[in-house]
Amino acid sequence: MLTLADLRIGEHGEITGFTDEILSLKLLEMGCLPGTEVILTHHAPFGDPIALKVSGYTLTMRREEAATIQIKRK
Amino acid sequence: MANVTRIALIGNPNAGKSSLFNTLTGMNQKTGNFPGVTMDKLTGIWELEPGRNIEILDLPGIYSIYPKSIDEELVINILGNPKHPDYPDMAIVVADASNLKRNLLLFSQVRDLGIPTVLALNMIDVAENQGFVINSLKLARELNVEVAEINAKKGIGVGGLKLAVIKTLKHRYASNDALPLPVADELIDDVQKQFGEADPYRSLLWLMEHDRMKMFDQPQRESFDHLMEKHHFESKKYKSAETVKRYEQISEVVERCVINLNRQWDAEPVKTWTDRLDKVFIHSFWGYVIFLAILFVMFQAVFTWATYPMDLIDGGVAQLNDWLKGILPDSPLTGLLTDGLIAGVGGVLIFVPQIAFLFFFISMLEETGYMSRVMFIMDKMMRRFGLNGKSVVPLISGIACAVPAIMSTRSIGSWKDRLITILVTPLMSCSARLPIYTVLIALVVPEKNTLFGVFNLQGVALFGLYLLGFFMALLSAWVLKKILRAKERSYFIMELPTYKGPRFKHVAISIYNSVRAFIFEAGKIIVAISIVLWVFASYGPGDSMAKIEEQVRLKNPTLTGVDLSNKIASEKLENSYAGHFGKLIEPAIKPLGYDWKIGIALITSFAAREVFVGTMSTIYSLGGEVDNENATIKNRMRAEINPDTGKPMYDAALGFSLLIFYAFAMQCMSTLATTYRETKSWKYPLIQFGYMTTLAYLAAFLVYQILS
Ligand SMILES: Nc1nc2c(ncn2[C@@H]2O[C@H](COP(=O)(O)OP(=O)(O)OP(=O)(O)O)[C@@H](O)[C@H]2O)c(=O)[nH]1
Ligand SMILES: [Mg+2]
Repeated sequence: MLTLADLRIGEHGEITGFTDEILSLKLLEMGCLPGTEVILTHHAPFGDPIALKVSGYTLTMRREEAATIQIKRK
Repeated sequence: MANVTRIALIGNPNAGKSSLFNTLTGMNQKTGNFPGVTMDKLTGIWELEPGRNIEILDLPGIYSIYPKSIDEELVINILGNPKHPDYPDMAIVVADASNLKRNLLLFSQVRDLGIPTVLALNMIDVAENQGFVINSLKLARELNVEVAEINAKKGIGVGGLKLAVIKTLKHRYASNDALPLPVADELIDDVQKQFGEADPYRSLLWLMEHDRMKMFDQPQRESFDHLMEKHHFESKKYKSAETVKRYEQISEVVERCVINLNRQWDAEPVKTWTDRLDKVFIHSFWGYVIFLAILFVMFQAVFTWATYPMDLIDGGVAQLNDWLKGILPDSPLTGLLTDGLIAGVGGVLIFVPQIAFLFFFISMLEETGYMSRVMFIMDKMMRRFGLNGKSVVPLISGIACAVPAIMSTRSIGSWKDRLITILVTPLMSCSARLPIYTVLIALVVPEKNTLFGVFNLQGVALFGLYLLGFFMALLSAWVLKKILRAKERSYFIMELPTYKGPRFKHVAISIYNSVRAFIFEAGKIIVAISIVLWVFASYGPGDSMAKIEEQVRLKNPTLTGVDLSNKIASEKLENSYAGHFGKLIEPAIKPLGYDWKIGIALITSFAAREVFVGTMSTIYSLGGEVDNENATIKNRMRAEINPDTGKPMYDAALGFSLLIFYAFAMQCMSTLATTYRETKSWKYPLIQFGYMTTLAYLAAFLVYQILS
């Protein structure tokens, strides 16, 4: 299963679901909804955390958190 | 005060609530361009109409009414509980227009709670820069709410906001019976039967968040649990489904009310300044380099640029003292005034330029939005040590003062991360340590340029001390991480705000406030302790002090004039109460290289370390030794001779030992009180005091033994 953690800088994806129930509420509230398009824009030194564009703003999260977001490529 | 109308400012973190609060009330609540600036509630007065004052309540930001950290919990405890003393008559939801959907999620929840609401669209300038135009009239119709366009930063749109508020206050809110998603009717009925009538959505909030709401006691919480079980209600599922549903509705509304210029021109999205700057500021390599460079310049500036005004103040205070000593009669009271009070207060005043520079830099980091970038690039490293990217804010503001810094940990969601951050933050060198560092560095580090001749060696030493504090904080965090058990998992999901130009007026006000607080807060303590110390250092047990003059004359028949009075003065100090205290602890601190005089300073410093310099100047001036000319504290300490070796007392070994001691020791009652308040337990302030003081003692011991 492809997750957000697999994207490389500049790549697009579309959120399809979540694998972690506790985190998913926070992520939903931050605008990461199924069907939304995301673009990976940066990663911090040593590749973690990552920054992505979603719902028109920049959101950052750790790689392990990104790995709970399932995506499909666009 | 029963009938004063109260309006709460609600909104996402960083939406501009505190800026609006300042605009409306004329107050100077702290603002900054990163999520999580405001951590506590604050009330101000707004003149809504001529002669009609209402209360405005500024609150921490929340993303939804389901809290994930303590600062968010505070807001829900107010909004969820109509009996709360701060419960508002109405809410202004401040929304960041450049991020409309996410901000409207919260708006729709607050309105469904049954609180009359006005929507204030803020940051319209930012939205327009990104290519979005919002039709706010249409938005108002679609959402059935009064909408006001404002610019909280510049104070534009207050008139429209007033109208919207007045209208909303007049036509009270009609209770909304619909829930975002249906639940079993009996469930709401059951909640209302047991816990009283309320809007259905509010009943649901109670049910789902009862553990975080202080209005319920343990038996009540248990009956909530029973209700959930009885009706097979799963709150996590409900919250997620609700959020998705709300976003669906909001997307449709936004689709109709917002014109996206980017899409119409079918062009690449506008490249904003934020995108360009982030290319370097959060670059995987340059990000670190730039951050270190910024810190380095900051400490160079604090040390070198500030010396000119500092020398002026220093000289001025010394001159004032000489002048006063000249015109006032030579009495104990004159001594208290000049050597005690003025020297002590002068010891604070002289550091005003440095403090101002420090606050200038910190304020710039906060205002521009760079602070969130630092959190982003530091998270990975912080995590290794049991901290969190969000710990960066407390650690950096700990450079100013640990008390607000510890409060700012409230936005850290995980309790373990937060606790560790609280415990290690006081190891960051706060501004009260700056005077001590400055005086001691000047004594033991030669003043010359180094590193290609550009950097001041004393500035480098200062930077080193700050780094040392930082690394010790990391190390202690790492140890604590191994000891403490985690209750929940740590996470780091954070918004990166757009860069914003600093408002120099705001920066200036923030410097002014901090400097004023530094002078008055520190000043009060210093004056109090100076007086006590002076009394203890001028009087001794029984009639021992009276006899000293005689004894000195008898023992040293050859001494005359200045030498004689110096000798008498120092003997007197040694036999005073303070001298006895110092002597009492001398055996314990001897291995660190300290004598009983430094012992006195250590004792007084345990209440608040800012009294160190004042204590030193009182002790050395009461102890005689130096003639009046240019009697600044630095010169007095430099002239001090070690009676055992006959060499200068403040050599490198002692100087560095003292520096290290003050860098690590927990010498601040206010910090301990804050730790107690934030952890709600005496255990943690005690641990904090214990480990830091032990660390200070051992490190200072090592340094002294190695260097001497
Ligand atoms: N460009 C622009 N910037 C604004 C506007 N309103 C506020 N700001 C800036 O946005 C940042 C955040 O403002 P604050 O008032 O601290 O936000 P807050 O909602 O109180 O944030 P928290 O206390 O963290 O929840 C500050 O840097 C403000 O200067 C606006 O209308 N336009
Ligand atoms: Mg605020």
